[in-house]
Amino acid sequence: MATRGHLGNLFCSSSAWEILNCILFWLHNQTKSPTPPPAKYGGRHTVTLIPGDGIGPELLNHVREVFRFSCVPVDFEVVNVNSALETDDDMNNAITAIRRNGIALKGNIETKHTMAPSVKSRNNLLRTSLDLYANVMHCQSLPGVQTRHKNIDIMIIRENTEGEYSSLEHESVSGVVESLKIITRNNSLRIADYAFKLAREKGRRRVTAVHKANIMKLGDGLFLQCCREVASGYPDITFDSMIVDNTTMQLVSKPHQFDVMVMPNLYGNVVSNVCAGLVGGPGLVPGANYGNAYAVFETATRNTGKSIAGKNIANPTAMLLASCMMLDHLKLYDHATMIRHAVLKTMNETRVSLPSLKGLSPHLPLCHEAHWSLF
Amino acid sequence: MAGKAWRSAILNLLRTWLSGKDKIKAQEVSWAVGAVKKGTPQARTFTRGIQTVTLIPGDGIGPEISTAVMKIFEAAEAPIQWEERNVTAIQGPGGKWMIPPDAKESMDRNKIGLKGPLKTPIAAGHPSMNLLLRKTFDLYANVRPCVSIEGYKTPYSDVNLVTIRENTEGEYSGIEHVIVDGVVQSIKLITEQASQRIADYAFEYARNNQRASVTAVHKANIMRMSDGLFLRKCREAAEKHKDVKFTEMYLDTVCLNMVQDPTQFDVLVMPNLYGDILSDLCAGLIGGLGVTPSGNIGANGVAIFESVHGTAPDIAGKDMANPTALLLSAVMMLRHMGLHGHAKKIEAACFDTIRDEKVRTKDLGGNSKCSEFTEAICQRVRDMQ
Repeated sequence: MATRGHLGNLFCSSSAWEILNCILFWLHNQTKSPTPPPAKYGGRHTVTLIPGDGIGPELLNHVREVFRFSCVPVDFEVVNVNSALETDDDMNNAITAIRRNGIALKGNIETKHTMAPSVKSRNNLLRTSLDLYANVMHCQSLPGVQTRHKNIDIMIIRENTEGEYSSLEHESVSGVVESLKIITRNNSLRIADYAFKLAREKGRRRVTAVHKANIMKLGDGLFLQCCREVASGYPDITFDSMIVDNTTMQLVSKPHQFDVMVMPNLYGNVVSNVCAGLVGGPGLVPGANYGNAYAVFETATRNTGKSIAGKNIANPTAMLLASCMMLDHLKLYDHATMIRHAVLKTMNETRVSLPSLKGLSPHLPLCHEAHWSLF
Repeated sequence: MAGKAWRSAILNLLRTWLSGKDKIKAQEVSWAVGAVKKGTPQARTFTRGIQTVTLIPGDGIGPEISTAVMKIFEAAEAPIQWEERNVTAIQGPGGKWMIPPDAKESMDRNKIGLKGPLKTPIAAGHPSMNLLLRKTFDLYANVRPCVSIEGYKTPYSDVNLVTIRENTEGEYSGIEHVIVDGVVQSIKLITEQASQRIADYAFEYARNNQRASVTAVHKANIMRMSDGLFLRKCREAAEKHKDVKFTEMYLDTVCLNMVQDPTQFDVLVMPNLYGDILSDLCAGLIGGLGVTPSGNIGANGVAIFESVHGTAPDIAGKDMANPTALLLSAVMMLRHMGLHGHAKKIEAACFDTIRDEKVRTKDLGGNSKCSEFTEAICQRVRDMQ
């Protein structure tokens, strides 16, 4: 392996030490966490990679390149999903691959709404099949990015499997369509519990539930009630609630009042996109979908970006940071820190910025800069 | 129907001219021109040019701000006569909740209304007053123009967009069931008729107000059938109005872009829930509900303009309220009636006063009283005459 600098030497020629270190980590963590550690063969992890459509493939290629440069012990099992097909075979293959490996990194799969309504969103199918019930997004103002609001630090936890995304629709009478929004006690308790646990783990002081229970009294009322029940078990964390329209208004005027936010599916979609816009755009924020057994990492705002695909202007920051989150999940903390540091340093010091950041419009891909700053 | 207003205005002018008795006032000509330009269906009675409007002062700070608006209109010599009515829910025959019959009769006669904030009662046994009004007059479109106020700085400048929200169905249909213990189902209703109505209205509005494009906001990738139907109706309306550009955008993309660059949006049309969220988001961009106007358009030519903020019971009666929202809604009302000259005058006076920074109410960062703010605007309006 060609070596560049002392860091390259350290990782590439020390695989035996690394295995030992990881085994020690594993042994240490065995007593702590009830879930089994990720499977490893020959010291390397296998991660399912779903390129998706639009800018997905190019962003994931950048991730692979960066991983190769920094000798990350991760192998990717690429599963392609053709969104133009009407059958779900591709998707089922992808889901099986994720069940096998436990972790995935994915781009967004386009949902063509010119096809029949029976062809449901593939991304949604993936989330519900694998029961990835929590979508976590950490919106942080990044150094070197010009935004209207500074120093934002909000964690958004969004219920990922039910709510308005149940895809249960029917046309009872011609010209009248009913779409069902399902809220269940179990899922609401689960997501609230996840939110509070995460808040405690990260040392956060406040959790805000976002809802519309004044109008949807039973549905969002149930969600709110579950959040309150869980909140009573965490007296060290303040709990409050806010109606979704007021929330969006407050986010654009006073975003610093928010700490951790938990909400059902659709409001999560709106709020996470507003927050992503506040910190600088869709190209900067990574997102993660966690279930009890599986984890899938992607960009937070899940854009397909068809209009900028293939032009070498898509910002890989979000996908790179998502891959760092994945490395953290795999307990490869050193690699994660190294790549994260490189990405942030590139954005801040070298001032390379992309059209999506509303800065200058360079032609040098962000990635090459990141490569050089790793060493 | 469409056109009668301008016809009667021109006939009046001709009559005046032919009779030779009274000189034609410039105002009357401008009314006629305004009515021709407007061209929207307006069924009103023009009695010597004075239009009667139903005024619902509301609760809390409602009466104060209504008085402020009436004073400013008087100073501007706007041809408006106010008919005050109170709206409290009463139980009619058969136990159905309804608004008082005199209020209903007044609105049906005048067709135009201006409403202050109404208190939403908790556990009073009847639905909110806003909901009752909406149902009574079939107010299907909620229009909220969001324009940055020059004197009131927010992180977002040059915002100039309009959100048009379907107001009767969608996620707010109120149909919910507990299927089994712990599982709740809420039904989102989208109908062809309502979607068509709102889409047509959006394009008419764009055309009448010289707006270049209409964007339909949806989530048809997830809610394939319901938002798919809404989108189809919007596309059909776009075909009928080829002079207005039509685009469609996902709700999340709109939110993302709105927060980064709100200047790219013009007119947005959407179902109920998205409209609720987005219109409040846009209100937040320009400074909050205290400065945002709003209008509700109903069937049969009814239109009720309102301030969307709350009743603020903590400052009620203390002369601290900010009448800007209700005033801008009243300006919107004047434009709807074709009285563009007066609308422009009052709006300019209001913005100049805010920009001046000398007399501002507490929520805008100043220390003045409501009456002082009102007086400053009145003075400016008088100076403009």
